[in-house]
Amino acid sequence: MRRYFGRKLAIYALTFVVAVTLNWIIPRFMPGDPVLRMLTRTSVSNPEAIAPMRSYYENVFGLDVPLWKQYLNYWVELFQGNLGVSVWLFPAPVADVILRAVPYTLALLLPSILLSWWAGNKVGALAARRRWLDNTALPVSYALTATPYMWLGILLAWSLGIVAGIFPVAGGYSFELRPDWSWVFFGSLVQHWFLPFLSLFLVAFGGWAIGMRNLIIYELEADYANYLAALGAPRRLIRRYAFRNALLPQITGLALQLGVLVAGALVTEIVFAYPGLGHLILQAIQNQDFFLLQGAFLFIVIGVLGANFVIDIVYVLVDPRTRTGMQGAT
Amino acid sequence: MTDTERMEAPGVPALAEPVAPLVGRRRETLHFAARNKKVVGGLVVILAFLALGVLAPLFTTHGPNEYVGPPAAPPSADYWFGTTTFGQDVFVQFANGIRSTFLVGVLGGGLAALIGMTVGFVAGYRGGLVDELLNMVTNIVLVLPALAVLIILHAYVGITSVPMQAMFIGLFSWPWVARAVRAQTFSIRSREFVDLARLSGMRPLAIIRREIAPNMSSYLFMTFILLFGGSVLMAATLDFIGLGPTEAVSLGLMMNSAVHWSALHLGLWWWFVPPGAAITAIVGALYVMNVGLDEVFNPKLREM
Amino acid sequence: MALHVDDLRVHYRTLRGDVRALDGVSFAVADGEIMGVVGESGCGKSTLGKSLVRLDNRMKQVGGSVTLDGEPLPIGDDRAMNRFRFKSVSVIPQYAMSALNPTRKIGRLVADLLAAHGISYSATRPELLRRLALVDLPETVLDNYPIELSGGMKQRVVLVLSTLCDPALLVADEVTSALDVSTQQAVARTLVEFRDRGYVRSMLVVTHDISLVYQIADTIMVMYAGRLAEKAPSDVVVTEPLHPYTQLLIGALPEVGARFSDRKLTGIPGRPPGLRNPPPGCRFRARCPLAFDKCAEQPPFVEVAKDHRVACWKAGS
Repeated sequence: MRRYFGRKLAIYALTFVVAVTLNWIIPRFMPGDPVLRMLTRTSVSNPEAIAPMRSYYENVFGLDVPLWKQYLNYWVELFQGNLGVSVWLFPAPVADVILRAVPYTLALLLPSILLSWWAGNKVGALAARRRWLDNTALPVSYALTATPYMWLGILLAWSLGIVAGIFPVAGGYSFELRPDWSWVFFGSLVQHWFLPFLSLFLVAFGGWAIGMRNLIIYELEADYANYLAALGAPRRLIRRYAFRNALLPQITGLALQLGVLVAGALVTEIVFAYPGLGHLILQAIQNQDFFLLQGAFLFIVIGVLGANFVIDIVYVLVDPRTRTGMQGAT
Repeated sequence: MTDTERMEAPGVPALAEPVAPLVGRRRETLHFAARNKKVVGGLVVILAFLALGVLAPLFTTHGPNEYVGPPAAPPSADYWFGTTTFGQDVFVQFANGIRSTFLVGVLGGGLAALIGMTVGFVAGYRGGLVDELLNMVTNIVLVLPALAVLIILHAYVGITSVPMQAMFIGLFSWPWVARAVRAQTFSIRSREFVDLARLSGMRPLAIIRREIAPNMSSYLFMTFILLFGGSVLMAATLDFIGLGPTEAVSLGLMMNSAVHWSALHLGLWWWFVPPGAAITAIVGALYVMNVGLDEVFNPKLREM
Repeated sequence: MALHVDDLRVHYRTLRGDVRALDGVSFAVADGEIMGVVGESGCGKSTLGKSLVRLDNRMKQVGGSVTLDGEPLPIGDDRAMNRFRFKSVSVIPQYAMSALNPTRKIGRLVADLLAAHGISYSATRPELLRRLALVDLPETVLDNYPIELSGGMKQRVVLVLSTLCDPALLVADEVTSALDVSTQQAVARTLVEFRDRGYVRSMLVVTHDISLVYQIADTIMVMYAGRLAEKAPSDVVVTEPLHPYTQLLIGALPEVGARFSDRKLTGIPGRPPGLRNPPPGCRFRARCPLAFDKCAEQPPFVEVAKDHRVACWKAGS
């Protein structure tokens, strides 16, 4: 098992290094003076405010510092939590801007991923054994999983938000309120959270339901299921075993889908102007704030790697085959 | 044992069940495919959209971004899908958008298929150090969130055309294909006919191409369909964020504009409903076709 | 008598029509008897074995009846059969090595199965351990996952589990096909031992290996193309086979002047008829060196000597 985790950690570490390197290399090797280019793209009018910014970027991208030192500086700054200064929201540091947005994105991602996974698995398993549910839930699931995340968001925003007026369609909370620890504020948070959450939940749900249904059908035909049936085991028992066995590939599937789910959350936030990372990224693009973009990129990478690691741990705990040190999951 | 065939007693009826020759297998596949409702249905939908995308722009008199009609007009006889807030013809945009959708799907899906299959075959066939290295690369690309990387790439390098967008999408969508192809190659590699080919001196690439790939052809085809769908969805996502090719018209860009110009609040549903509906329909048809093809290629499923 | 099978007919549903896998099979198995069911692939022996325990969803019973200890066995009714499975009728499947749930410890699996049948695991555990010891499995095997056991160990676990409730009838379906010769011996001997100790009352050993059944079976029944060809005590079948097919199987040469290769099972020219539209009359006609006009009519499976039944116009006469 140590080998298993060792390999996984090595891959994640390597991926992180690749990501950080990409982040540093791309602007660095564009033609021309990268620092000058970035600074002239901004609309910062305050000359002395540019100075601290300039010194950071001189260290990281500047021409008078040797290349390898620049790369090293970038890492040093990274570990000190310094991702640069935002151009658009000057003089706020990038890290601060991002950290303000992350809770909103997590509030969307975590519940929608977990609930859609759980509900999708349950419904998929049910559909595998009830024909009427299979004939209704399956086409619906296919339609849902084929739906682009932002379009469902648009539809929900328009139908339930604007036309029916039940839910708000912009912001993380009502514009009149100030953040505080009150029920009113919390209620407003939930109200604004619900539609984007629902949108993410529905699309993801479709995929899990289809996957689980197919896996259960496959498991129910496996030798162990046939043997138990031949020994007179009730269908309840066989289904229980099949469900548990089918969950394992669904856990790895979760890791594989992380990228897609994160992308979905980002575009959904844009549709609802929800103040998370997605909304931030959109504005960074529109305002040409590249440092903010780079910071957001790193954050997403760290988040995805961390989630992958958690899923790996969960998988090892759940699949007995990995624990015995035998081949198990790749 | 050839002489024993003579030993049939006279007047005995011939064997009741002839054995189907291997040659007829492809024809049999087509026969089943043509009868499978899911395959046919999915194909019809896709071809209909393709026809729309290819033919419709030929018959329109104005371009997708020209200001031709009254602004924000609902669908009418003149403008089937109404107009945008600027008076652009939504239907023309739609038809052109479908073109880019298919283009990015084919190119992006094709590139991802090519990379994934090559990496998978080589890793599965060679094994050893090559396999380890390719595995590492596969895992890294797998874990790296594609959207995030594309954001950075676009910010600095810029994505200007649809083929370029397709290339970037293809470069990130292949890991799962590589894994699956590698696993299948492992199992096929150990079979006798491959050993035979190797013994007869065939070069590895030829073996992969002539002995292994045909056995997986059905799987590869289905993989391409899934990659096509995935490409379409990813392109729409990129376009929606504003990371898409700026000069081309695309369905994602339409939705981006619609949201940006308050179409939701103004109730201009004809602007944002058709693009997403088209993507859902195309990708959905692809998935359904895939399920049908699985039944066609896997006889056991047929009987269910 | 323990098992009575009367004119059993089982068909396989396919897209192109029904395959008549069992087309009128009648025989009886006595208490304590081990009967070997032999024949080439596609003769229906596996179908026979399976249909006595559990018809899968492609099979359907179209005729005949089965009685066990005087009580009718509702093989066509899946739910009704559950009362009999594991306790009265049990099976050692062909896929025994992959028959255990890979994510469940052996002990837990047994406990779950027993609990589902309303049997106490703790009460049965001592007997379970005794039987595991009998097949050379340590007590610790109950705490293992299937992946931690070798193929042979898994098969022995299945052997013990399938017979845990002392079934009246055990169907052993090709249990030695995937094994090396010495393991085959061990498994064969274990089967006989289980019968001798009373863990199993009667046994049907389905296999294509005549030499195996000769070692352990009291009676051998030969099947061909969905029908019974011959049934007799094992030494009689091997030394005095009456059906031409059996004779060809055993390697005895009938006097018709044909030349065959020396190999016992592969030496019969031709192939069995397809069972979707089987030819009328005796199904072995096309390959039989003794065939004549009367063979256009299906010969009945009759007793021509003590405990010796044959379906051939030429036998016994």
